[in-house]
Amino acid sequence: MDELLIGSLVASTLRLSTPLLLCALAGLVSERSGVVDLSLEGKMLSAAFAAGAVGAVTHSAMLGIAAAVIVACLISLVHGFACVTHRGDQVVSGVAINMVAAGLTVVLGRSWFQQGGQTPPVDEAVRLRGLWARFAEPTAGDWIGSIFGHGLLSHDVLVYVAFALVGGVWFLLERTRPGLRLRAVGENPAMVDAAGLSVPLLRYFALMINGLLCGLAGSYLVLAQNASFSPNMTAGRGYIALAAMIFGKWRPVPTMLACLLFGFLDAASIRLQGAALPAVLGGGEVPVQLIQALPYLLTVVLLAGFIGQAHPPKALGLPYVKER
Amino acid sequence: MQAAVRLTGISKRFGAVQANREVSLAVASGTVHGLVGENGAGKSTLMAILYGYYQADAGQIEIEGQPARIGNSFDAIALGIGMVHQHFMLVDTLSALDNVMLGAEPGFFLAAGKKQVRIKLEALMAETGLNVRLDARVDTLPVGELQRLEILKALYRGARILILDEPTAVLTPQETTQLFETLARLRERGTTILLITHKLGEVMALCDAVTVMRQGQVVQTLAIADATTEKLAEAMVGRRVDLGRPAGSAQAGEVLLDAKDLRLRSESGVAALDGVGLQLRAGEIVGVAGVSGNGQSELLEVLAGMQAPEAGTLALGDARFEPARWLDPARARELKLAHVPEDRHACGMVLSFPAWETAALGYHENAEYRGGPAGLAMNQAVMRRRTTEMQERFDVRPRNIDLGSSKFSGGNQQKLILAREIGQAPRVLLVGQPTRGVDIGAIEFIHGQLRALRDAGCAVLLVSSELDEILALADRVVVMNAGRVTGELAIADCDEKKLGLLMASTKAAA
Amino acid sequence: MSQPLNLPRWIDIGLLPLWNLAIALLAAGLVVRGIGQDPLHAFGAMLQGALGSVRGIGYTLYYTTSFIFTGLAVAVAFHGGLFNIGGEGQATLGGLGVALTALAFPQLPAPVLLPMLVIAAALFGMAWALVPAWLQAWRGSHIVITTIMFNFLGASLNVYLLVNWLRPIGDMAVESADFSDAARMPALHELAARFGLELPSSPLNLSFVLALAACVFVWWFLWKSGAGYKLRAVGSSPRAAHYAGIAPRYQILLAMALSGALAGLVGVNEISGVQGKLTLDFVAGAGFTGIAVALMGRNHPIGIVLASLLFGVLYQGGAEVSFDIPDFSREMVVTAQGLIVLFAGAMAMVSAPLFARLYARFKRHG
Repeated sequence: MDELLIGSLVASTLRLSTPLLLCALAGLVSERSGVVDLSLEGKMLSAAFAAGAVGAVTHSAMLGIAAAVIVACLISLVHGFACVTHRGDQVVSGVAINMVAAGLTVVLGRSWFQQGGQTPPVDEAVRLRGLWARFAEPTAGDWIGSIFGHGLLSHDVLVYVAFALVGGVWFLLERTRPGLRLRAVGENPAMVDAAGLSVPLLRYFALMINGLLCGLAGSYLVLAQNASFSPNMTAGRGYIALAAMIFGKWRPVPTMLACLLFGFLDAASIRLQGAALPAVLGGGEVPVQLIQALPYLLTVVLLAGFIGQAHPPKALGLPYVKER
Repeated sequence: MQAAVRLTGISKRFGAVQANREVSLAVASGTVHGLVGENGAGKSTLMAILYGYYQADAGQIEIEGQPARIGNSFDAIALGIGMVHQHFMLVDTLSALDNVMLGAEPGFFLAAGKKQVRIKLEALMAETGLNVRLDARVDTLPVGELQRLEILKALYRGARILILDEPTAVLTPQETTQLFETLARLRERGTTILLITHKLGEVMALCDAVTVMRQGQVVQTLAIADATTEKLAEAMVGRRVDLGRPAGSAQAGEVLLDAKDLRLRSESGVAALDGVGLQLRAGEIVGVAGVSGNGQSELLEVLAGMQAPEAGTLALGDARFEPARWLDPARARELKLAHVPEDRHACGMVLSFPAWETAALGYHENAEYRGGPAGLAMNQAVMRRRTTEMQERFDVRPRNIDLGSSKFSGGNQQKLILAREIGQAPRVLLVGQPTRGVDIGAIEFIHGQLRALRDAGCAVLLVSSELDEILALADRVVVMNAGRVTGELAIADCDEKKLGLLMASTKAAA
Repeated sequence: MSQPLNLPRWIDIGLLPLWNLAIALLAAGLVVRGIGQDPLHAFGAMLQGALGSVRGIGYTLYYTTSFIFTGLAVAVAFHGGLFNIGGEGQATLGGLGVALTALAFPQLPAPVLLPMLVIAAALFGMAWALVPAWLQAWRGSHIVITTIMFNFLGASLNVYLLVNWLRPIGDMAVESADFSDAARMPALHELAARFGLELPSSPLNLSFVLALAACVFVWWFLWKSGAGYKLRAVGSSPRAAHYAGIAPRYQILLAMALSGALAGLVGVNEISGVQGKLTLDFVAGAGFTGIAVALMGRNHPIGIVLASLLFGVLYQGGAEVSFDIPDFSREMVVTAQGLIVLFAGAMAMVSAPLFARLYARFKRHG
């Protein structure tokens, strides 16, 4: 365990957690308002595609991010239309959106770019780069520089935005008027209705924030992490984000910790590959599939109530029907 | 004194039901006005109209002398009307302060706003004596405090007219006393209070005037000085509709069911059953009289095995049951106990099943319904034949056994359920609200069936909020109030006055 | 999942789903138009590819087989009041069960081995569904989330076993060893040949008959058997079931057990019937298609067969069209499928008030 390893692990963890974090926060806001969001995967994928396509064509990162956010918000609107306005089943809607996103992104990609579903790589100038170039690599012998410099300060703006948004979402929910109402509508929409507020409006508000965050998550995948969109590049991250949100009990800071944990597992899995299991567990190698499966396994264990209770918002998943 | 609230000629219909019929009511400012009546009398609908949840079909509302149009609860709040619901409108995971603030937050940033709200609330609490821990999470507060919070919420929004819907339904006697002190103090402060209740003792203790409603209409309005609980009870239950009482009935025989000292607390912690004991003998109908919500429903559920009590014993035939290993519905049926539930829609039938499948509900494991390979399948021919017989015997219309259970009218659904339960020749029959929502012809038929069952030696426990029905059918009347049996009378000794008093009494029978 | 509205039965189960399907296909057609292709041409080519030749029909029915299994799985769970999204994982485990059994007993003759494979597929799929079921019934864990998690866990397990245990040494491809011939579900064209009928080769195998048999079984189970009566009661009206003395927990287990077993049978079609060895990702989304099939088929075996046929046509036709029109790919089918789930599932009731109004007006004037 040397400073190079630790430094690069810290850096990788932060980088790998970022899209998870943005998606998990998106899901959190939506679910705190009472709307189940299984479509994080589909929104992130569609946003990534939009960012890749627009970024490549316009050579502008800003436009790419804007496109990603708009696309994700549009999808959130569809979800809202089906579930909030028309009280459709929220789970089915989420599953449907994921299917459509998986197919449509490739169909459009193939048609527009003729590269088998990939978008052309964006220019180097468009890609998001680390803010402080001198920390781009860990340096041997320099512990502070490697761990804090490379580990924490070598990232691009979206990473810092994502972690700042943890505080932002927390502040919104706990310290502002719309946040209070949003939390209330996820627990007791009848009460919010009786107080004269509009339940659908509050839920659409939550869905728009959800779209914004998913848009940022998708942009990150294409503009920062990779250079182009490829089919199914989200690879289940939307579901891991969902797991992190549940693991974090629908609160911003624990969710962030869960995302960091899952990001760490992802970062470590590459390095743990080939690592030896202690003899007491039978020796042999740590199966990489086990590490990859850990986020899901941990979520199931949590849901089973073995690591504390997971209490979702009381009105989660229930379409609100004005009883009077 | 100006009337704070004046309702004139309010009428409201829901489908076939006339919930309010030409209701006129004036409430003087700064008084406590009681609104009493049975379930379904129309008082909740009337208050819902006043608070903007519904709009009346006809009639006028005047608030403090000005005509008012109340299109939604926002309008009502703006006019100074506040409502404390029976089921609290609170968000459990938020603090009391947050709950008060919701919807009326002073600004975008909560921190500053909370300070303002807190100052105002503390002043209000000092003035009214309503003490609530503002920073506690709502799900940690006891029911009495939650109710005070609801009142605070209404007052914070400037309510000068306060509607309280069955406020003492969830309170212990001590909390009830505290509430009354609070309401008295509010009255001194000039708040007008409308108290919906069916507890006559409370009305006499607190109100300045009382209006009695029955079947959607106002029966009478009295100043409290002119009222007594007997007068109110009589007005509430109405004159007796003489359904006739056939002469002679079978003699009561052996004890088939013996329940002792049943105790059960509801979710809110209030005692739903507070030491109830009951015996059922073969060949008699025992009627449980009392206003709904005093433990009758819980009694039925416990005796039918749908819920286990916290304490008490049950002897059913030769079997003995204790809370740790209580009866369950399947075992109950094995012991020849049948149950016609109060909630026929949610409990008595599977609405999505056709009639011929609903007709086997609860008895689907019976030998006669088994068929197919190794008894794994259900013998549909037998099920269909039995359903046809049931429909014939009980004149269920339409005579279509394939019709979805939800498509039958309420009366016919009830007849089908009765046919099912009676058809199993039970030794004990528990029946709740058998003729609620049933037309008059069917009522006579159902009553005849219950009498026939009794004459054949069955023990029948009849829970009904219709006193007429109890008086027409029962051989023995047990009165329940506040989870206790307050009295037991042979039918010959019954009259409305005595029963009304027992229904309002809170002392357990000796 | 359905709202109470005054719609006559024929609109509710006939016209409305067809309308929703039409809208979904219209939307899909717009996408096709959007990428510069002619939807009608594509649609025609799809039908031609799926039903225009005997071989095409063979392929179509092979896809239909898997969809029938997963559709029945989702439907049975729905009748029990549960949403089983775990079809992917349960099908994967089913295939795993087939592979383990086939590789463990290569020497057994087909008439013995094939039924064993079917039972293994069912048991493995059932086991994978029972854990989420138990967690829901006894610990209150939301079954939607747990089954999604189990999908990923199933895939991981499959990869792990293939890479570390089942892959023959020295083999580069991530696959198991080939099964013996006795472990192969006979292809229908081979069976036909024995009767002198010349059929073009296709992956259609005896699992298709198994799927139809499963339909009959599920129909019998749900509407004729005592267990099905109880299951439907719990799924439809838990309080009435409690009143009737039916214990909901066991019904949850039963519903998911049967559901998982049905999904597991996909393994018979894919692993024993087509691949002849265990591979990665052989389920290829059939679990999710099952959801679409159950929704469109209104959770009834007949509807499920029809809906499975529809999706079989979409899949086979889609594959053919992608040869014909280079821009048109498999993903177009996935998109169409998603649109169908969206319009016929999530937005199923959007048009319902419109129909109710039209029907009321029609009745008044008619």
